Amino acid sequence: MTSMPMVKAEAVHKNFGRLEVLRGIDLEVNPRDVMCMIGPSGSGKSTFLRCINHLEKIDAGRLSVDGELVGYRQRGDRIYELPDAEVCKKRAEIGMVFQHFNLFPHMTVLENLAEAPVRVKRESRAVAADRARRLLERVGLAEKVDAYPRQLSGGQQQRVAIARALAMQPKLMLFDEPTSALDPELVGEVLDVMRALAEDGMTMIVVTHEIGFAREVGDTLVFMDGGVIVEAGKPRDVLANPQQERTRSFLSKVL
Amino acid sequence: MAAVVVLAIAVYILYTIGTAIGNDRTGLGPHTGWLVVEKFLFNGLIFRGILLTLELTALAMLVGVVLGAILAVMRLSPNPVMSWVSWLYIWFFRGTPVLVQIFFWFNINLVLKSIDIGIPFTSLWLHGNTNKLIPPFMAALLGLGLNEAAYMAEIVRAGIISVEHGQTEAAQALGMDRGLVMRRIVLPQAMRVIIPPTGNETISMLKTTSLAFGAGVTELFTRQQQIATATYDVLELLIVASIWYLVMTSILTVGQYYIERHFGRGATRQLPPTPLQRFRRMLFTFHAGPPAPPELVPAGPAVPGSEHR
Repeated sequence: MTSMPMVKAEAVHKNFGRLEVLRGIDLEVNPRDVMCMIGPSGSGKSTFLRCINHLEKIDAGRLSVDGELVGYRQRGDRIYELPDAEVCKKRAEIGMVFQHFNLFPHMTVLENLAEAPVRVKRESRAVAADRARRLLERVGLAEKVDAYPRQLSGGQQQRVAIARALAMQPKLMLFDEPTSALDPELVGEVLDVMRALAEDGMTMIVVTHEIGFAREVGDTLVFMDGGVIVEAGKPRDVLANPQQERTRSFLSKVL
Repeated sequence: MAAVVVLAIAVYILYTIGTAIGNDRTGLGPHTGWLVVEKFLFNGLIFRGILLTLELTALAMLVGVVLGAILAVMRLSPNPVMSWVSWLYIWFFRGTPVLVQIFFWFNINLVLKSIDIGIPFTSLWLHGNTNKLIPPFMAALLGLGLNEAAYMAEIVRAGIISVEHGQTEAAQALGMDRGLVMRRIVLPQAMRVIIPPTGNETISMLKTTSLAFGAGVTELFTRQQQIATATYDVLELLIVASIWYLVMTSILTVGQYYIERHFGRGATRQLPPTPLQRFRRMLFTFHAGPPAPPELVPAGPAVPGSEHR
C-alpha cells in the first residue's frame, strides 16, 4: 500500500529578519512513523517543528500535512495565507507538546484537557470530560483530575500536556524538546508515555536530545545543522555509522 | 521611641481639631459640633446622595472597564490603525483633567443641539435632543467613565502582556482562534495583574465622583454642600461626608481582597487564608501556648534558627 505522507516538506525556507533559520528543508514522514530530529541548538529544528502547525510562517517552499498545505491555499500558481479561522481548523488536527509544558495554570487538569474539545470542536462537556479521564488514566494520572498544574511535578505536567494534545484526537503529534526542562529522574516517565503512544501507531515528530529514545523508538533520525538537514536515515545507521563529518562531531559530543 | 513621638503628635492634632469642632462657634456648650455630625449622619438627603454616589461609581467603572478592555486589545492589535486610534484616545483622555471633561459634556448642548446616530445611506437613524440625552448625571457619567477607560486600558494592557507568550502558543496549537485565546486563556490569567490596580481605581473613582458636583449631580458631596449652605455647619457636614466615604472605601477594600483571592487560584499551591480563617488560626495558636524560648532547647550546638527545625 502506497500511502500519502503525513507530513511533506519541500524546500522550506524561514528567515528571522536577515537571519536564515531554515535554508531548504525537504522531508517526508509517513503515517504511523516516528521521526526524531537532533542537532545543536540554533540549528532550526524547533523552528521547523513550529512551521508544521503554522505557529511560524514560512517564507518559501511548501509544507503540507495529510495532503493539505498548512496555513496557505494554492490558487493557480499563487499561494495565499489562510484567514485565522481556517488556520485554526488545521491546527486542531495537529497536537503539540512544548518544552515548558504551557499548561493553563488557572484551570484544573480536567479543564485543561476538556477546554479545546468543548470550545473548538463543540463537543459536549460530558463527552470531553469522559475522554479526558480516559486519557489521564493512560498517562497514569487518573487521580490528578482536579489538581491545578502548579501542584504537579514537571514530569506529571508534561504527561498532562501530552494528554491535553491527545484530547483533540490529532493525526500528528509534534514534540518540541519535551524532556529538556525536566529533572533527570523525571525524564523516564515522559518518555514511557511517548513510547506507548508510538506503539499505538501515532505519527510523531520529536525534536529531542534523548539519543537513546531516538534509537529505540524512532523510525527515522534527522540530524540538522545550520538550517539544513545534514543527514537522515534509520536511527541505528545514522548513530553507528554517520556519513558526514558534522554529524560525527555532534554525536561525539552528546553520546 | 519614634513611634511614641509620632503617636503623641497625632493624638495632639486630633484632640485639638476634635475639641475645636466640639466647641464650635455657636457657644451652645461643649460637643455641639459632634451632635450636629450625629444629627446629619443618618439624614435622608445624605442617604440619597450616597445612593447616587454608588450608582455613579458603579456605572463609571463599568464604562471604564469595558471600554478600557476594548482599547487595550486595540492597542495590542497587529493592525496599525487600531493601535493608533487607541493610543490617541488614551493620550487625549489621560492628558486632560476630569473636571474639564465633565464640564465639557455638561456644556456640549451649547454647540451640539441634537445627536443623530444611524447607518449612513439608510433610514435607520436615531434622533435625540442633546439636552434630553445628556442630563447632568449623564454628563458626569461620560466625563468620569470615558476618562477612566483611558486608565483602565493601560491597566488591562499591562495585564495582557504579563501573561507568558507560551500560553497563547499552546492555545493556538490546540486550534483556538484569537478571540477564544484572549477570552479563555489570556484575560483570566491577566486578571491577577489587572484586579489590584482596578480595585484602587474603583476606590479612587468613588471619591472622584464628588467632581460631579460641577455638573450639579446631587451625589453625596453635593448633598452635604447643599445642607451646609442652609445650616452653616460646614465642617460638620464635611465630616459626615468623610465618614461615609471612609465606610464605602473600607467595604470596597474588603471586597477587593476576596476578588483577588478568587482570581489567584492555580497561581499558588494553596489559597491564602481569608481574614476569618486567619483570625481562627490566631485563636488556635494562642491556645497552643508560646513556643519554648531558644535557650531552653536542650543540647546541640546553638545554630541560629535551629529552633525552627
